Amino acid sequence: MARTVGFFTDTTLCIGCKACEVACKEWNQLPGHAAKFLDGFDNTGQLDDQNWRHVQFHERGTSSGGVAWSMMSDVCKHCSLASCMEVCPTNAIIRTEFDTVYIQPDVCNGCRDCIAACPYHVIGFNEQTGLAQKCTFCYGRLQNNLIPACAKACPTESIKFGDLTDMRRVAAARLEHLHAQGVTQAQLYGEKEYGGLHALFLLTDKPEAYDLPSTENAVLPRRNNVRSYLGSLATAVVALVGTVIAFRERGGEG
Amino acid sequence: MPQHFVAPPQWEWYIVWYFFLGGLAGGAYLIGTLLRLMGDPRDQAVARLAFLVAFPAMVICPLLLTLDLGRPFRFWHMLVDSRSWELNFKYWSPMSVGAWALLIFGLFALLSFVEALVRGGGLHHPLAGRIAGLMGSGFGRVLMVIGALLGLFVAGYTGVLLSVSNQPIWSDTWTVGGLFLASGLSVAAATLAILARGRDDAASTERKLSRADRYFIVLELLLLVAFFVTLGALSTPLLAPRWLVLWVLVAAGTLLPLFMHRASAGSAPRSPVLAGFLVLLGGLALRIVVVFGAQM
Repeated sequence: MARTVGFFTDTTLCIGCKACEVACKEWNQLPGHAAKFLDGFDNTGQLDDQNWRHVQFHERGTSSGGVAWSMMSDVCKHCSLASCMEVCPTNAIIRTEFDTVYIQPDVCNGCRDCIAACPYHVIGFNEQTGLAQKCTFCYGRLQNNLIPACAKACPTESIKFGDLTDMRRVAAARLEHLHAQGVTQAQLYGEKEYGGLHALFLLTDKPEAYDLPSTENAVLPRRNNVRSYLGSLATAVVALVGTVIAFRERGGEG
Repeated sequence: MPQHFVAPPQWEWYIVWYFFLGGLAGGAYLIGTLLRLMGDPRDQAVARLAFLVAFPAMVICPLLLTLDLGRPFRFWHMLVDSRSWELNFKYWSPMSVGAWALLIFGLFALLSFVEALVRGGGLHHPLAGRIAGLMGSGFGRVLMVIGALLGLFVAGYTGVLLSVSNQPIWSDTWTVGGLFLASGLSVAAATLAILARGRDDAASTERKLSRADRYFIVLELLLLVAFFVTLGALSTPLLAPRWLVLWVLVAAGTLLPLFMHRASAGSAPRSPVLAGFLVLLGGLALRIVVVFGAQM
């Protein structure tokens, strides 16, 4: 039963229909926010507690002088080394038998440390439930041998779902195919970042253009533990010495 | 500097006040301990005052943190795994470490608070008498030193908590922990100077507090410089016009008191209450701008 699953989201096949967003909200009973009118056909804005899939619209100049949209259905990356899971003080965030990252709603106490940690702007705080919420990889569906709602609904198979090793293979083959067609700007994202993501993306621009940190920028919160504690320790030592001197000195008439 | 795309955690006023009071509580306990251990008999009144300040300030902290939670009644999930009933402790997560540090520091702060009450004649319960006896013994001094180190931790880890994230600004500098610690110590010294004002027996202690605060403020200013140097161009959002008033307060809460302490050269400043309130305002303003500024 237990398996290591993954998404492969191919931006070159996305038509921006948002069937993934709708299917996700239907299945997960997410009421959503009031619609916003943003660039392109984006009225979702970002991933958060209500939006577990978000179709980004990016306007790009083409070589012939026109304008083209590049669309990408963004989702939680279910990182192998997950920043959210690392900082979570309650152990509410766990790795499931499918190797996905899941926030247990009965354990989370809404401290929001995970929100500050996620480098992909994935998790949102739900004011009604008081919980941090994000994509569950349709945990309940996986447990019942169903594929996630977004992948099921995607009409162009821009969102593919399967075993992670299969997804990596499919992604590599697609990249090779596109390169052979002359789409030299095509690149894969998610093989190296955070120990390997469980949501791979095929991009036609640099990762930052899709609000994804580059490989070298994909770093964990714990990198700052030692230097920050050392900064505090050094301050503490200097302050202690200062206080001792201040209290010893027989300055003034004292 | 790593480029991330992070959502703000919506840590707002509860957290700002927690950082402020945590710094005050930890700083006051440290000052109380040092006055008790190294001070002369004239310092003992203010040492007692420090312990009377540390515990109430500390006790508000977990309340603020609990109110800030989405699910306040699950505050205990910070300490105990609600699934396995095992203790939760993740040394690499400052929030986990901080929850434990607050709890344990709270115990020490409580012991010293009880002792201070007994010494002042405000508490006569036999158990309180025993606690006072314990804290007055050699072992009690060891407990105070441990409590003071925990107090330093509580005052300083709050900045580390911000830094161990992927939030721009917070995670881009190592200085926030030290900055909050130095500011917390300064706030504690200022609070005690204000409270000691008007006590006939506290004049020499006031001078000591004034000298100590000078060191704290210089340290804070050095760390502020380091804060901006390490951030470089990334500090731009903090320099937006909307934060100007707060930065003026930070400057007024460091430079003016420093000048007032210096001008009085060794003796207590002429208007310690004004100097003290400036420090308190500056300490609060610093936390507001660092906490809110990075999340805008």
